[in-house]
Amino acid sequence: MSWAFLRDLLSGVNKYSTGIGRIWVAIVFMFRLLVYVAAAENIWKHEHDEFECNIKQPGCENVCFDHFFPVSHIRLWALQLIMVSTPSLLVVFHVAYRENREKHHNQKLYRNPGKIDGGLLCTYLISLILKTGLEIVFLVLFYKLYNGFKIPSLVKCDIKPCPDTVDCYISKPTEKMIFLYFLVATSCLCIILNLSELSYLIFKYSIKCYLKRHVKKQQ
Amino acid sequence: MDWGALHTILGGVNKHSTSIGKIWLTVLFIFRIMILVVAAERVWGDEQDDFVCNTLQPGCRNVCYDHFFPISHIRLWALQLIFVSTPALLVAMHVAYRRHEKKRQFRKGDQKCEFKDIEEIRKQRFRIEGSLWWTYTSSIFFRLIFEAVFMYAFYFMYDGFRMPRLMKCNAWPCPNTVDCFVSRPTEKTVFTIFMIAVSSICILLNVAELCYLLTKFFLRRSRKAGNSKQQPNHENKEETKQNEMNELISDSCQNTVIGFSS
Repeated sequence: MSWAFLRDLLSGVNKYSTGIGRIWVAIVFMFRLLVYVAAAENIWKHEHDEFECNIKQPGCENVCFDHFFPVSHIRLWALQLIMVSTPSLLVVFHVAYRENREKHHNQKLYRNPGKIDGGLLCTYLISLILKTGLEIVFLVLFYKLYNGFKIPSLVKCDIKPCPDTVDCYISKPTEKMIFLYFLVATSCLCIILNLSELSYLIFKYSIKCYLKRHVKKQQ
Repeated sequence: MDWGALHTILGGVNKHSTSIGKIWLTVLFIFRIMILVVAAERVWGDEQDDFVCNTLQPGCRNVCYDHFFPISHIRLWALQLIFVSTPALLVAMHVAYRRHEKKRQFRKGDQKCEFKDIEEIRKQRFRIEGSLWWTYTSSIFFRLIFEAVFMYAFYFMYDGFRMPRLMKCNAWPCPNTVDCFVSRPTEKTVFTIFMIAVSSICILLNVAELCYLLTKFFLRRSRKAGNSKQQPNHENKEETKQNEMNELISDSCQNTVIGFSS
């Protein structure tokens, strides 16, 4: 089980997406997943070993690291990627349900089970809202946990068993900050894409509904 | 998810590229991505562990390392490769959109559609003309811009392409100016120069491809203007045959190279 599983999952979703949805999948692959695996993971690899405090007191470093990094940036990033990709599965399940129903009744119930209309449209819109919501939740979590998107090079720690206020130094803070900003930028881009897709679909189908009603009235 | 997945995605674009584009893709995968994964990552693997400063002051090493390497070479190359590969996706999306339109025409039973079945549409190779020409040319243009920006960023951040053995650091909490020693500076310099050289080759290939496309565009335009009085069909058929032969030759060369690399 690895990121390849998520990649295969998202490729399956691609089939039932709109144009904007496909751009979203491409951005998640190239700028989030690939950057995470190829570059970002290695930066945070030895973060605990390289976290150094100006003290020889055993346990002080451990306690200070745990206090300043309750959940590591890289783990939050991985969770965000997984959570944000999962709502798309709702669409895949709904299409599978439609195809199953057609098989069960042995007749063609839908013009095209993969076309976004009726119930599938609602599922698609819900998945978009969930995706956007989760992105925002994770961005807020990052902001709250780490007091903004900055990573300081020095933090002052005075938790027991540290005898006094000690200076603790974080490794590669600039590089981590650059990739954190990259993460935030791609998240915001994905939020914008999701909101545009949402507005596009709502607009398209309200026009369709309005025209249908207009035609019926004329008849 | 790794570079192999990128290879799969870009391999699809390969079919619709020019010969120079196919060479560029081969150079990208063999001389840049493969070298990065197989060799360069190992060279930079122990960069912070073996970055040693002549002081026992805790925190001095961390701070000095962060000061001299705001972003590691290896990460910068990974980002460069990702950004440089992304414009090809524009072409892939455009081709997918065209295929989708042709499939829709076919399903509607449009008589203009010349395909017998959907498989033929899926396997069809689109010529680089019309709107696809504009997408393809813009993708090459963006590739050039990204390559140039990253090379400049590299030069600017590291004051050239040489990795020094010794760096003098006096950032707080280092007590005085301390000597810090970089691990494997010569090996890193060699790989840096190699990657820069291959980037330059890729830039040259992109420029050549851009010139080729522009030349072809202007030639086609002047030919159309000249041929409007003559019979167009005969010359187009000969052109198509020659193009098909060229494609067969370049495809077989490409398959040999890609088969070797995978």
